[in-house]
Amino acid sequence: MREISYMEALREAIRQAMEKDERVFVIGEDIGIYGGAFGVTAGLLDQFGPQRIIDTPISEAGIAGACVGAAVTGMRPIGEIQFSDFVVLSMEQIVMQGAKMRFMFGGKAELPFVMRLASGSGTGAAAQHSESLENWFVHVPGLKVVMPSSPYDAKGLLLSAIEEKNPVMFFEHKLLYKTKGDVPEEMYTIPLGQSNVVREGSHLTIVAMSVMVMRAQQAAETLAKEGIEVEIIDPRTLNPLDTAPIIKSIIKTGKALIVHEAVKTGGFGGEISAAIMESEAFAYLDAPVRRLAGLDMPIPYNRNLEYHSVPQVENIIEEARKLVKGAY
Amino acid sequence: MPESKKEQLIGGVLEVSRAKDLLAKMVLTRAFEENAEEMFALGKVHGTMHLSIGQEAIAAGAGPTLRKDDYLLNTHRGHGHFLVWGGDLNRMMAEFLGKETGYCRGRGGSMHIADVESNNLGSQGIVAGNLPISVGVGLSIKMRKTDQVVLTLFGDGASNEGAFHESLNMASIWNLPIIFLCENNQYAMSMAFEKAFKIEQVSDRAAAYGMPGVTVDGNDVIAIYKAVQNAAKRARDGNGPTLIEAVTYRWRGQSKSDRQLYRTRDEVKGWMEKDPILRFAKLLNVNDEEFKKIEAQAKEEIRKAVEFAEASPEPDVATILEGIYA
Repeated sequence: MREISYMEALREAIRQAMEKDERVFVIGEDIGIYGGAFGVTAGLLDQFGPQRIIDTPISEAGIAGACVGAAVTGMRPIGEIQFSDFVVLSMEQIVMQGAKMRFMFGGKAELPFVMRLASGSGTGAAAQHSESLENWFVHVPGLKVVMPSSPYDAKGLLLSAIEEKNPVMFFEHKLLYKTKGDVPEEMYTIPLGQSNVVREGSHLTIVAMSVMVMRAQQAAETLAKEGIEVEIIDPRTLNPLDTAPIIKSIIKTGKALIVHEAVKTGGFGGEISAAIMESEAFAYLDAPVRRLAGLDMPIPYNRNLEYHSVPQVENIIEEARKLVKGAY
Repeated sequence: MPESKKEQLIGGVLEVSRAKDLLAKMVLTRAFEENAEEMFALGKVHGTMHLSIGQEAIAAGAGPTLRKDDYLLNTHRGHGHFLVWGGDLNRMMAEFLGKETGYCRGRGGSMHIADVESNNLGSQGIVAGNLPISVGVGLSIKMRKTDQVVLTLFGDGASNEGAFHESLNMASIWNLPIIFLCENNQYAMSMAFEKAFKIEQVSDRAAAYGMPGVTVDGNDVIAIYKAVQNAAKRARDGNGPTLIEAVTYRWRGQSKSDRQLYRTRDEVKGWMEKDPILRFAKLLNVNDEEFKKIEAQAKEEIRKAVEFAEASPEPDVATILEGIYA
């Protein structure tokens, strides 16, 4: 199978969806001739023209509103929020309108739109361009929340999201855009709500999301050399969340470490932890469920401070060792 | 059109029978809202409501200029527009009382009443929340290459939200078929127009977005009809959006908790003397006797709708989670 980048996988998904379905279009800032701030939409303007690759003024409420209004009248918009942080300017349209419209109208409207958001730290973009805000949206019934961690997942999940009849918040990680992996050329979908067992192991279950899946895999290589076999599970979609593989894994390993980049307090790790506690896996735990997450702080500019504000490979290794060796 | 025929048109635009239908809708809207107040006072209504009493001319003048396949994006004060758009009184009353037979199965209430099937995309609980949505509807029309138009309603208060500016700009740069109709009823809750604006009229803002802006007497059905008709033609011909400001007055408080400390009784009384319903009745030469008949008819329709709604089932709690996801 051919290897392409996460960014190319996303672009291919958009291209194939647009070729297949005339109702699909992309709307956002600098997505046309500029190709998107991170290059995801590069070349799409040439193929589809400005009627379907729509550059907007800097109007994030307008972008989100355009998605809501077009979706409810039969189109399938894909909105792009250039840096996920800017979604704060779209919140009313996404949370008050897009998420609730179907319910408020008695189940009589469909809102098939995808909002793509470039998320995460590690690029020196500081506190207003580096946040991980996915959990805000997990807290809003009516939305679905997706966080792909690999090129394969990026394409399959984006194609699923575009086919969805509900609003989907699709969080892409900036550090993943250039990572490569095997991706089929043809169209395929990965159902929303299907966790992925990324690596099998028997000593410890790591539940990781987005860029943390990659870091957990690197940590697992090192740990394997020490005889610690880690099982890694990537939920891929935070809402709907497929807990079954997580529970099954913990029943096997007895230990759980949850890793995400977003700040720990109020982060999705708490939700996964609670889901474990409420399940039959509780009786199999032989250590407390641990969370390794971003520090409770805005992302700093300084390279070293930024590095230490979110979990890195060595932090995962250290935390995994402690858990397996009974430090807790 | 021959002169003789033209003379029979009210204000040069409306046939007498159609005008009388609209008068009846205005009377029905007021009867609906007076009844709503009464039911609230009797403790029969669970939530709040926003009454458009005194503003009925705008709904009567705006909706009838449009086609059945056009789109409506309504405000929280939108009972009149809903009725003129063809809303069924029974289902509307049932929604108001939170019943399963209501337009939104009792999930939306007065503030979110919608009928997607008739392209009525709902009333709005967030001030200016419908303006960005209308941009999307306009884009959708353009991409689907139909000649539908969008009627987007909002108040003077919404004109000071950021969403207003983003939406008017986007609609204008893309020539979207949208009629932005501002119901300037002088108050954003308690904030008086002259305290919230440094300009004389909301329509002045149209210039900033490169679209026509007009201000009309919001208590004059014919003036509104003509302005919306012009804007609809412009939109349908692919020439883009228009901002219309209809100047009117909210007779009642903002909602049910309003003690109205921000205005004088004399001011309210002065506007009540400019009652848009009586004014339109006079224009149609409807005499007292005929008017009383129209009122009696409206009250009877309301009575029947209340009967229907009260006899309708409550939503079953077993269905509580329905309608969140498709």
